Amino acid sequence: MTTPKTHQFDTLALHAGAHPDPATGARATPIYQTSSFVFPDTDHAAALFNMERAGYVYSRISNPTCAVLEERIAALEGGVGAIATASGQAALHLAIVTLLGAGAHIVASRALYGGSHNLLDFTLPRFGVETTFVDPRDLDAWRAAVRPSTRLLFGETLGNPGLDVLDIPRVAALAHEHGLPLLVDSTFTTPWLMRPFEHGADLVYHSATKFLSGHGVVIGGLLVDSGAFDWDAAGVRGKFPTLTEPYRGFHDMVFVEESTTAAFLLRARREGVRDFGACMAPFTAFQILQGIETLPVRMARHIDNTRAVVKFLAEHPMVASVGYPELPSHPDHALAERLLPRGAGAVFSFDLRGTREQGRRFIEALRLFSHLANVGDARSLVIHPASTTHFRMSAEDLRRAGIAEGTIRLSIGLEDPGDLIDDLGRALYAAGKA
Amino acid sequence: MRVDVDGREVYAYTGGQPLDRARATIVFVHGAANDHSVWALQSRYFAHHGHNVLAVDLPGHGRSAGEALGSVEALADWVAALVGAANLDRVSLVGHSMGALACLECAGRRARGVERLALLGPAVPMAVNDALIAAAQRNDHVALELINGWSHSARHQLGGNRQPGLWMPGQAMRLLERTRAGVLHADLVACQRYAGGLAAAAKVQCPALLLLGTRDQMAPARDAAPLAQALHDARTVSLPGIGHAMMTEAPDAVLDALRGFL
Repeated sequence: MTTPKTHQFDTLALHAGAHPDPATGARATPIYQTSSFVFPDTDHAAALFNMERAGYVYSRISNPTCAVLEERIAALEGGVGAIATASGQAALHLAIVTLLGAGAHIVASRALYGGSHNLLDFTLPRFGVETTFVDPRDLDAWRAAVRPSTRLLFGETLGNPGLDVLDIPRVAALAHEHGLPLLVDSTFTTPWLMRPFEHGADLVYHSATKFLSGHGVVIGGLLVDSGAFDWDAAGVRGKFPTLTEPYRGFHDMVFVEESTTAAFLLRARREGVRDFGACMAPFTAFQILQGIETLPVRMARHIDNTRAVVKFLAEHPMVASVGYPELPSHPDHALAERLLPRGAGAVFSFDLRGTREQGRRFIEALRLFSHLANVGDARSLVIHPASTTHFRMSAEDLRRAGIAEGTIRLSIGLEDPGDLIDDLGRALYAAGKA
Repeated sequence: MRVDVDGREVYAYTGGQPLDRARATIVFVHGAANDHSVWALQSRYFAHHGHNVLAVDLPGHGRSAGEALGSVEALADWVAALVGAANLDRVSLVGHSMGALACLECAGRRARGVERLALLGPAVPMAVNDALIAAAQRNDHVALELINGWSHSARHQLGGNRQPGLWMPGQAMRLLERTRAGVLHADLVACQRYAGGLAAAAKVQCPALLLLGTRDQMAPARDAAPLAQALHDARTVSLPGIGHAMMTEAPDAVLDALRGFL
């Protein structure tokens, strides 16, 4: 039997999008640290500007180092392409403004990163875009929130910080039933743990600051298009005029006619990146590429360490509860087994028994865990969400998002798991004495 | 734009430009289970450089309704009907793979009606793997995976798109996946059964260009040699290291070869 031959994930993590540099033979992807690119002649220049030839003009629009990263994440996610942005927030913003404008409506999971919540709840309404937040586990709530003006459904693969597992197959089916795309923040899972397109999501973005780069040294985002959503299909046509009607800002280009599968990315780059300008720097792209090369081995270690720490905490008398989807007590345990067979990530929360003062004592007694506002570092991290990442949320919204005063979020790194458990045990002991 | 061909409305990309009867016209014809978008860069270039462009979606493909036509002869008739329906003179035909066979047959039949003929990734005969046809008949995704693997050179299976940020194996796969059930099988059978290539080539009176990728696994360059001999005025351009998906793998080389010819 003739069988298809395709490269596997670990190979793509090292090679996708990259070839030895044709000018020098350099094996690693060079950092093309240049703002602009020389045109061979005037006709070539005009053809580049008019999308008649492919290539590079100006590094805000595209850059060869960033392009390797864009191809690599698209390969790993199983998409048609990607756009590298200045941050994960910029990727979210780019997705939204490419698809919709004033008068449009979004339905979003309530369990979001605080920054995403800020954008949707406080900032976008100023530009005429409203969002209805729903319990990600309540499919009826998703359905009830859809309006004629709705243009996008949005959630996180693993909600922040309660690790609500988004039922992507069902939410995507609901979105498609209404002729709408599903956008997913896949930062916590990375394509090594889950490839949302395989479950029906249409657009994926990452804060590449986290596990993709993996070392806590860059800020960057990646927006990936599955290429599967038909923006011009019956039942969809008319909802996304940015893609289906002539765009005066680019010679009346109709993006769905220009590209059957990458219309969204063309518009996002030709308008969103060009005009809003939140591009990624080539040096950042280089560092994220370095991270992705080891993503498979790092994620495996992140998961192993997380499982060891979760087991330790779940059995500790100072711990009231641990919220990790691999535990039978987690409300999404069965769903996680189905969607996340390799593991449920390396970020989770737990609730301490005791007072707020004991919580403070716990964090301050840690030696290996760093107290900071990030996740997905090679080093282990800790934070108190109620007073930091989610502090702008009301008490009611905090409760709905599953965040208590005593909730502590950990991001488990790549240290020796025994050392991490010793550190946590020491801090828990200190908290117990406080 | 929409064109009525034999009573059926079909789609043709014009590069965003209106048709002008005073200009020469280039008809771009895609291959099996593809659509007009495979010509995005080349067709847009010519549309903005003094030509009318009709990059068609063949019946049953892309934005064109109907059934796949099922034979190269029927495709050739359809291309001729399209040119007639659009009421255009001074027409050149550019085809890729199955589209190249359709253009070859059309040029053979119309003899003096075609100004230039460019054939990208042609093979005469065009042998099609039996396992591929069987998988396509079952509408099995494996058929798409086989095509996608064989359509790209080993180098470009790892990407390296000239269009920044686009992952060519992924994009090609998504396009294949949009193909309606049965269309791929009909296209492959049309290619496999076509036996009139050399006879058509002998009747072609216009200059012809053969663009061949040296790493083409779908239509190996050596299989185009009899065709090059049968055409009375043919030139061949080899694209080193390039596979069957040459418009994506080497967009500038393809464009430059076409610019020098059309």
